[in-house]
Amino acid sequence: MGEIALSAKKLNVYYGEKHAVHDVSLDFAEKEVTALIGPSGCGKSTFLRSLNRMNDLIPSCKVTGEILIDDRNINGTDTDVVALRKKIGMVWQRPNPFHKSIYENIAFGPRYHGIKNKKQLDEIVEQSLRKAAIWEETKDRLHKSALALSGGQQQRLCIARTVAVKPDVILMDEPASALDPISTSKIEELISELKQDYSIVIVTHNMHQAARVSEKTAFFLNGHVVEYDKTETIFTNPTHQRTNDYITGRFG
Amino acid sequence: MSAKTADKIATGVIVFITGLIALALIGLLGYILFRGLGHISWHFLTSPPETIRKGGGIGPQLFNSLFLLVLTMVITVPLGIGAGIYMSEYAKAGKITSAIRLVVEVLSSFPSIIVGLFGLLVIVNKFNLGFSLLSGALALTIFNLPLMVRITEQGLRSVPVQQKEASLALGISKWKTIRSVQLPIALPIVLSGSILAAGRIFGEAAALLFTAGMSSPRLDFSDWNPLHSDSPLNPMRPAETLAVHIWKVNSEGLAPDATQIAAGASAVLIITVLLFNLGARALGRYMHNKFTASK
Ligand SMILES: Nc1ncnc2c1ncn2[C@@H]1O[C@H](COP(=O)(O)OP(=O)(O)OP(=O)(O)O)[C@@H](O)[C@H]1O
Ligand SMILES: [Mg+2]
Repeated sequence: MGEIALSAKKLNVYYGEKHAVHDVSLDFAEKEVTALIGPSGCGKSTFLRSLNRMNDLIPSCKVTGEILIDDRNINGTDTDVVALRKKIGMVWQRPNPFHKSIYENIAFGPRYHGIKNKKQLDEIVEQSLRKAAIWEETKDRLHKSALALSGGQQQRLCIARTVAVKPDVILMDEPASALDPISTSKIEELISELKQDYSIVIVTHNMHQAARVSEKTAFFLNGHVVEYDKTETIFTNPTHQRTNDYITGRFG
Repeated sequence: MSAKTADKIATGVIVFITGLIALALIGLLGYILFRGLGHISWHFLTSPPETIRKGGGIGPQLFNSLFLLVLTMVITVPLGIGAGIYMSEYAKAGKITSAIRLVVEVLSSFPSIIVGLFGLLVIVNKFNLGFSLLSGALALTIFNLPLMVRITEQGLRSVPVQQKEASLALGISKWKTIRSVQLPIALPIVLSGSILAAGRIFGEAAALLFTAGMSSPRLDFSDWNPLHSDSPLNPMRPAETLAVHIWKVNSEGLAPDATQIAAGASAVLIITVLLFNLGARALGRYMHNKFTASK
């Protein structure tokens, strides 16, 4: 196992009175895919959104505990959240391309982060689209609206957009659950490609998907991590009865 | 009665009401244009009014209306959009925010004659700006600003939160996100708000009587230095607008052709508003398409 890219230490998340995530401590290894699984409402998205401080946007939400990158806690008030989010990208369940052209969707981030040179930007756009396996479908319509793409294409565009700012970690919240089987398998292939360069944390309800794409799996239940281990172990020989019940479909 | 019949009846009633409204509007427009169009000529649009003789025009008044529009929008739009952004993106929910919102609501429903009197007491007299275009623009700002604030706020709130999140997640600052992601999407709504505000400026008379004044000095249309007292661009000169002129001609006009002048001026006013409306919409569509790459 490689270096630790990101780790959570005793992370608790509250929405007002509601305690949504309890004392979660997880290490995410560099250039690996970690899957988060568990029944609906158990706090997977909440946990994931805490990792890039997206929950700051929700006024009632409070996050305690530590999130460490390179041994630095980024869950403090003195953290530069904007710089942090450049390092930890995010992809959502529903594709959310900007209401801009395909080109602008990709170029927007890098340009903001200081790349003004047109040729360099063109290059980044092409590379990112290629990495997200959508270059062939878009190269002739780069300056057309991204909203005219299909759902599956939009999702790959969103991944390309995230890749374009060169984050270290990519968080994915059910990135394929709104897509058809073909798009889903494209996204899965893509994830296997991307993990050569990025550390990926993915929430999924699809057990087969978790088994196919991830190295490690964490099983969440009611805001607690019940079990965290190698994906193979979780799916073939889990320690806890409740994990076994969940992956065999006995509840959730 | 079956659901289908009920549906038919409801549709019929709605179509009837809509038709009635459209008819009333067309009738009104038609009547004003029918009465006024005959009187409109190049001479009418460009020459100054006459007090007792026939053949006066509305040149300065038309210019004043347009200039006042620009002046007011230059003050209102940035302030209104700025405050709208603050209310929607920065203000924390709480007592102060809801107090501001209440004040904004009340202000936007103020009777314009009251705003005019307030303008006379405070802007014209206290701050000594006199009867001037600037006083008029400030008075109009008082009741247009709340409209702009509210519309901008609504426009920004209508932008899906996923758009904002997507931008922030790329490590882009909040301000840049507002400017480059949220505002372009909200633009059509903000723009229709601006058009509403502009329409009020064209049509407003009561608030301007005591602020921009009821007279228009001789203007020298060859002198465009805003600092000269008879330059059309001088914002410190009194300026009777088209709407005020219509009111004045109608109520105390001495010229023998006062009725025709009022009718002609009304038609010009309406045509200007329509043209402005169409122009602003075309511009808005162009900008929206440019920002969002949609066709
Ligand atoms: N903005 C919010 N305000 C208040 N409570 C919330 C908010 N978002 C989520 N919750 C609550 O926190 C708990 C965890 O929600 P979360 O969305 O993290 O679950 P999840 O595991 O992602 O579920 P799913 O698999 O359905 O996406 C739920 O009980 C939910 O009702
Ligand atoms: Mg979720």
